[in-house]
Amino acid sequence: MLLDIKNLAVTFGSGHDPFRAVSGVDLQVAPGEIVGIVGESGSGKSVTMLAAMGLIDAPGRVTADQLTFAGRDLLSMKSREKRAIIGAEISMIFQDAQSSLNPAYTVGDQLLETLAEHQNLKGAAARARALELLEQVEIPGARSRLSAYPHQLSGGMSQRVMIAMAIACNPKLLIADEPTTALDVTVQAQIMELLVSLQRSRDMALILITHDLAVVAEVAHRVAVMYAGEIVETAPVPQVFATPRHPYTQALLASIPEHSKGASRLNTLPGVVPGRYDRPSGCLLVPRCPYAEDACSRAHPELVLVGDAQARCIKPLDDEGKPRA
Amino acid sequence: MIQFLLKRIGVVIPTFLGITVLAFALIHMIPGDPVLVMLGERNIDPVYYREAMHRMGLDLPLWQQYVNYLGRLLHGDLGTSLISQTPVLEEFRALFPATLELSLAAMVFAVVFGLAAGIMAAVKRGTVVDHTVMGAALTGYSMPIFWWGLILIMLVSVHLGWTPVSGRLDIEYDIAPVTGLMLIDTLISGEPGAFASALEHLILPAIVLGTIPLAVIARMTRSAMLEVLREDYIRTARAKGLSRSRVILKHALRNALMPVVTVIGLQVGTMLAGAVLTETIFSWPGIGKWLIDAIGRRDYPVVQGGILLVASMIILVNLLVDLLYGVINPRIRHAR
Ligand SMILES: Nc1ncnc2c1ncn2[C@@H]1O[C@H](COP(=O)(O)OP(=O)(O)O)[C@@H](O)[C@H]1O
Ligand code: SF4
Ligand SMILES: [Mg+2]
Repeated sequence: MLLDIKNLAVTFGSGHDPFRAVSGVDLQVAPGEIVGIVGESGSGKSVTMLAAMGLIDAPGRVTADQLTFAGRDLLSMKSREKRAIIGAEISMIFQDAQSSLNPAYTVGDQLLETLAEHQNLKGAAARARALELLEQVEIPGARSRLSAYPHQLSGGMSQRVMIAMAIACNPKLLIADEPTTALDVTVQAQIMELLVSLQRSRDMALILITHDLAVVAEVAHRVAVMYAGEIVETAPVPQVFATPRHPYTQALLASIPEHSKGASRLNTLPGVVPGRYDRPSGCLLVPRCPYAEDACSRAHPELVLVGDAQARCIKPLDDEGKPRA
Repeated sequence: MIQFLLKRIGVVIPTFLGITVLAFALIHMIPGDPVLVMLGERNIDPVYYREAMHRMGLDLPLWQQYVNYLGRLLHGDLGTSLISQTPVLEEFRALFPATLELSLAAMVFAVVFGLAAGIMAAVKRGTVVDHTVMGAALTGYSMPIFWWGLILIMLVSVHLGWTPVSGRLDIEYDIAPVTGLMLIDTLISGEPGAFASALEHLILPAIVLGTIPLAVIARMTRSAMLEVLREDYIRTARAKGLSRSRVILKHALRNALMPVVTVIGLQVGTMLAGAVLTETIFSWPGIGKWLIDAIGRRDYPVVQGGILLVASMIILVNLLVDLLYGVINPRIRHAR
C-alpha cells in the first residue's frame, strides 16, 4: 500500500468535550490508484486528508493506529523527515486555488521555491524546469506567466499553477481537495481532464475529494463515502453506482441529476450533517435515514463486508436497493 | 507603477502648499505686532518702523505677502535667525543630521524589536509569551516620554553609570563633521574610542524615542500576522514541506508587512514630536532642541522655518513609505 491509514481520529477543542471531526477512518490507497472521497460539506473529507499531510494544528489532535506512506510511519516521523516527503512525494491542491497562491510572489518564485526545497534545483536549470512544468499543465504563454502574480491569473489558471507546483517533484500521491468546485463549469472539465491525464502519464495515485459523483463515476477506481466524520461505505466504482450498500450512498446517488455541480445539501435526504452538538448515539444517520428503526439507535454500527463493498449499516441494502430484513 | 507614483505626488503638492499657508499664517497669528516681533525690538522710531515694514513687505496685501513668501521659499530663503543672524536653512542643515541619527537609531530599534516581538506573540498566540509581549507593548505605548527618559537616565546613567547623561560625544574628542552622523564620522576619524563614545551617547535617547513606535509596531505586527497566518496560501506553503521559519518569515511576514509599513510611516510624525522632548531631556543638539530653544527665545523666523521644514520631512517620509508599500504589494503596483 502506498498510503495506509487505520483508525484515524481527529479531534478539535480541548477539555472534557472535544469534537471528533473525524473518527475510525480506515483508508488504503495503492500506487497509481484513483480514490474518490465523497460526502456532504462538513463530513470530514478535508480534515482527513490534512491529517494525513500533517497539517492539523494544535489544539487539533490527530491519532491513528497506523498512518504510513510507502511503508514509512508518518505519525512518529521527525518533522524534518516528514517535510522532505510532504510537497515532494505527497502533494495536495485545494479548492480555492487563487487564495492558495501567495499574492506577494510571482508564479515563478513559488514554483522555484518547491524545486529548491526538495530537489536543490537552482538558477537556469530550475527556471527551465519551472517552464517545463507550466507547459505540462497546459498554461498558454507559459514563459510570460512565470513573472505573473496570482492576482493576474484566472481561477482555472491558478489551479493549473497549483497543479504544476504539486507535481514538481514527481509525487507518488496527489491529493486534490475539491479542485474544481470554485471554477466555472467549462473550466471544471478541463482541470479534471488535466488531472486524470497527469495521473495516467505519471502513474501517480490520486485522491480526489469531490461533491461531483458523476466525475467519480468517470475517473475513480474506488470510492469512500464519508458522513459525519466516518467512512460509511467504501467500494469499487462500478459496484457502488450499481448496488450501493449504505442508505446514505443511495441518497447521494439519487441526488446526482440535480446536484452534478457542488451539492451542499441533499434533496433526497432531509436535514444536514449533524454538527458538534447534535450527533445521535448509535448510527449517525438515524435522524435522516428512511430505513431507520429502533435497533439503529442502540449501537454504533461497524463496517461490514457486503460483497466487494464495506458498509456501516446494520442492514445493508441488497441488490435491489432495499434494506435487508 | 508610474501612475501610482504620479498619483501619490499629486497628493503631496497640495499638502505641501497647505503647510506653507500654515507656516505663513503662523507669523500673523502671534500676539503682538509682527514688525516688532520680527525685529525682536521694542520702542522703535516710527520712521524706521515704516521703513522696516516696507522692507519686509508687510505693507502689501496679505495674498501678495504670501506669494512673495512662496517666492522666497522657492529660492531657499527661509528667513534669518533673530538671535544668531544665521539663515534658518543653514542652521537646520547643521542640526538636522543629529536628529536624523537619533531618529534612525530609534526607528531601527523600534522596527527590529517591534517586528520580532509581534511575530513571536502571533506565533505563540495565547501563551505566556504572547501575554507578556502584549502587556509590555501596552505599557510602553502609554509611557510618557519625559518620565521614561528620566527613569532611564536615573537608572542606567546615574545609578549604574553605564551611559553618559547628555550630548552626542565626550568632549575629549574633536570630530570633524563629514556626514553629520556621529556614528559614521567617528568611524571615519579613526580616533580610538570615539565611536564607542558616540554609541554610548546614542543608545539611551534612541531607546526612549523608539519605545512608543516599538509598541505600536509590535501590536500591528501581531494582529497582521495573526490574520495572514489563517490564509489559504500559508496552508499551501506548509503543504510544500517548507520549514516553519520559512513559512512564517517568507510567506506570512511578507504579507503582514504591508499594514506594518504604513504604521511605521505614520510613526515618523509621532517620532519627530517625540524627538523634541527626547532631545531636550538628553541635551541632544538636534532640531527638536533647536525649535524648543527658538520658541523660548521668541526667535520666530526659526520657529516658522523650522516647522515648515519638519512638516516637509514628514510629508516626504510618508511619500517614501507609500512608494515602499507599492514595492511590497504587487497588487498596488499593477493597479490602474
Ligand atoms: N480547525 C478546525 N477547528 C475546529 N473544527 C474544525 C476545524 N477544521 C474543520 N473542523 C470541523 O470538522 C468538520 C469536518 O470538516 P471538513 O473536513 O472541512 O469537512 P469537508 O468534508 O466539507 O471537507 C466540520 O464540522 C468542521 O467544522
Ligand atoms: S444503521 Fe439504520 S439508520 Fe443507520 S444507515 Fe443503516 S438503516 Fe439507516
Ligand atoms: Mg472540504
